[in-house]
Amino acid sequence: MWEYTDKVREHFINPKNVGEIADANAVGEVGSLACGDALKLFLKVDENDRIVDAKFQTFGCASAIASSSALTEMIKGKTVDEALAVSNQDIAEFLGGLPKEKMHCSVMGKEALEAAVANLRGQPVAPHQEGEVVCECFGVTDETIRRAIAENNLSSVEEITDYTKAGGGCGKCLDKLADLLAEAKGQKKVLKPLEIVKPAGLTNLQRMKLVSKIIDEEISPSLQQDGGNIELVDVEGKRVLVQLRGACSSCKSSQLTLKQFVEKRLRDAVEPDLIVEEVR
Amino acid sequence: MAAVYMDNNATTKVDPAVLDEMLPYFSELYGNPSSMHTFGGQVGRKISEARERVAAAFGCTPGEVLFNACGTEGDNTAIRSALASQPEKRHLITTRVEHPAVLNVVKHLEKKGGYEATYLGVDVEGRLDLDELRDAIRPDTALVSVMFANNETGVVFPIQEVAEIAKERGVLVHTDAVQVLGKVPFDLKTLPVDFLAVSGHKVHAPKGVGALFVRKGTQFRPFMMGGHQEHGRRAGTENTTGIIGLGKACEIAMGNIGHENSVVRAMRDRLEKGLLAAVPDARVNGTTESRLPNTTNISFQYVEGEAILLMMDAFGICASSGSACTSGSLEPSHVLRALGVPFTYAHGSIRFSLSRFNTEADVDLVLNELPKIISRLREISPFKRTEGEAPACTC
Ligand code: FES
Repeated sequence: MWEYTDKVREHFINPKNVGEIADANAVGEVGSLACGDALKLFLKVDENDRIVDAKFQTFGCASAIASSSALTEMIKGKTVDEALAVSNQDIAEFLGGLPKEKMHCSVMGKEALEAAVANLRGQPVAPHQEGEVVCECFGVTDETIRRAIAENNLSSVEEITDYTKAGGGCGKCLDKLADLLAEAKGQKKVLKPLEIVKPAGLTNLQRMKLVSKIIDEEISPSLQQDGGNIELVDVEGKRVLVQLRGACSSCKSSQLTLKQFVEKRLRDAVEPDLIVEEVR
Repeated sequence: MAAVYMDNNATTKVDPAVLDEMLPYFSELYGNPSSMHTFGGQVGRKISEARERVAAAFGCTPGEVLFNACGTEGDNTAIRSALASQPEKRHLITTRVEHPAVLNVVKHLEKKGGYEATYLGVDVEGRLDLDELRDAIRPDTALVSVMFANNETGVVFPIQEVAEIAKERGVLVHTDAVQVLGKVPFDLKTLPVDFLAVSGHKVHAPKGVGALFVRKGTQFRPFMMGGHQEHGRRAGTENTTGIIGLGKACEIAMGNIGHENSVVRAMRDRLEKGLLAAVPDARVNGTTESRLPNTTNISFQYVEGEAILLMMDAFGICASSGSACTSGSLEPSHVLRALGVPFTYAHGSIRFSLSRFNTEADVDLVLNELPKIISRLREISPFKRTEGEAPACTC
């Protein structure tokens, strides 16, 4: 059994603010029966943008019920903007902590609040629901994951699962989660060098195609990770003409990048006597 | 507050008579059964007695009983031994609803050992399809490993037929019988399995002891190597007190099979019927036809299992759940998913497993409190059936 704090137990056994608000002017719904937890949050907001009443209905475990109860207690009496400043960490702290595997319950509370506010303001969806679905088992988007990483300073894939449930089902998305984590931590993805079978003696057209492939699929994505980019302008015999873009164009060590990285890689992959030149 | 303990498929209370039999072997009679002196010899004789008691419960000879640490060890030993003794065969058959003690070994062998596995499915009532088994057997099948009864639903598999089908084709058979000892009679003189594993703590013996039946003549490859204990088939100084406890527990269990199938079964049935009558949108998982007499697995729609367990805990009621939230996993139990139990029910499943130590008062308490708990949780839940309406989503 999970180790729950007395406060979690108290808010689970005697949850505050259970039920619906008949004349609610904001309703936020997150989760689903299939996922194993769901929260419907009702808010009554007055003309001064103050939350005068908050109620909830939750399907889920003790942490989910306690997190919902805590959330409603925390936001009642606050203005909408003040309420939006409540983080999932604040919900967990209010309860004296949650087991790490249950942090997604606090995230669900935060998401329901945002969904309710979006509903209040006539916006179609809360911003976090945008993005591309990364985990199909639990319908979690890349935006939700990026946000959970940033807001909770997550440092492992297991933590992403604890906070968002992504990766907790079939496990198909685990690689993608690792990529998102690496991206968020500013680490470079290790790009696998393309395996190129070099034909002996390249025609101009073959050279052009090969150079263009290496730049598009390998060199450019790598520079993009540092906020820069590269574009192939032309290939004249053994001269490869390129333009640097973004951060690379203003970078002091751009010549180094050009020679040590771009030219070196193209020489390895295409022909040993290629010369890379920058055109401005 | 005394606990109302209905989680006996997880573990059982040590029977006081079992404990009494074990106690002297912790203190006065602590000799090593392998020692040459009389002091150790008397312990060795007691172990022989335990072996005879287990053999009597199994319907086998004492030489076919191998003492070990637990059901998991028995399962692992049987599977690995069966494969190691037939290196040319690379295929094995099991079911999707096995205990992790089997499932995880098989998955590991598939991943790292170069074996291929077939996982037999079950129908909505948790029953095996024997034709599927017939079709799955191949010339290179080394082993069929099918549990005797499922720990979560209590469904009892037709292990006699399973074994006969496999034996006809010359395939070794292992069964995890951890849940059936003392509940379903079996006799290894007529049940043609090659390996059968049981665990002490599921049958009112202590934790840390188990037994594996290995049919005489079956090639065997030890899992643990070292000293000559257990005729060189399982090295390591014997867990003497545990083994003595298991022997006594087996003797008691055999004498109690009738009680399990009358008194315990009747309590279980009263509990099940009472809950189904008192709580709408509840269902039993697994067939009610061929089921352990002590087990019922009930799902309550619109509520979540962990929440039910925790509320029951406040009344001292101990049960378990196949819901995702009780484990580190986020998906409900693999057994319930294999049965095709809809998610809406699977999340709210509770397993009650009784024993001879339960009383009618225990059943009364659950019947009194649980329906109230379910309706409280349903009041909190955003999903509920409005009167007269068909149940919501059953995806
Ligand atoms: S797709 Fe993420 S766990 Fe299945």
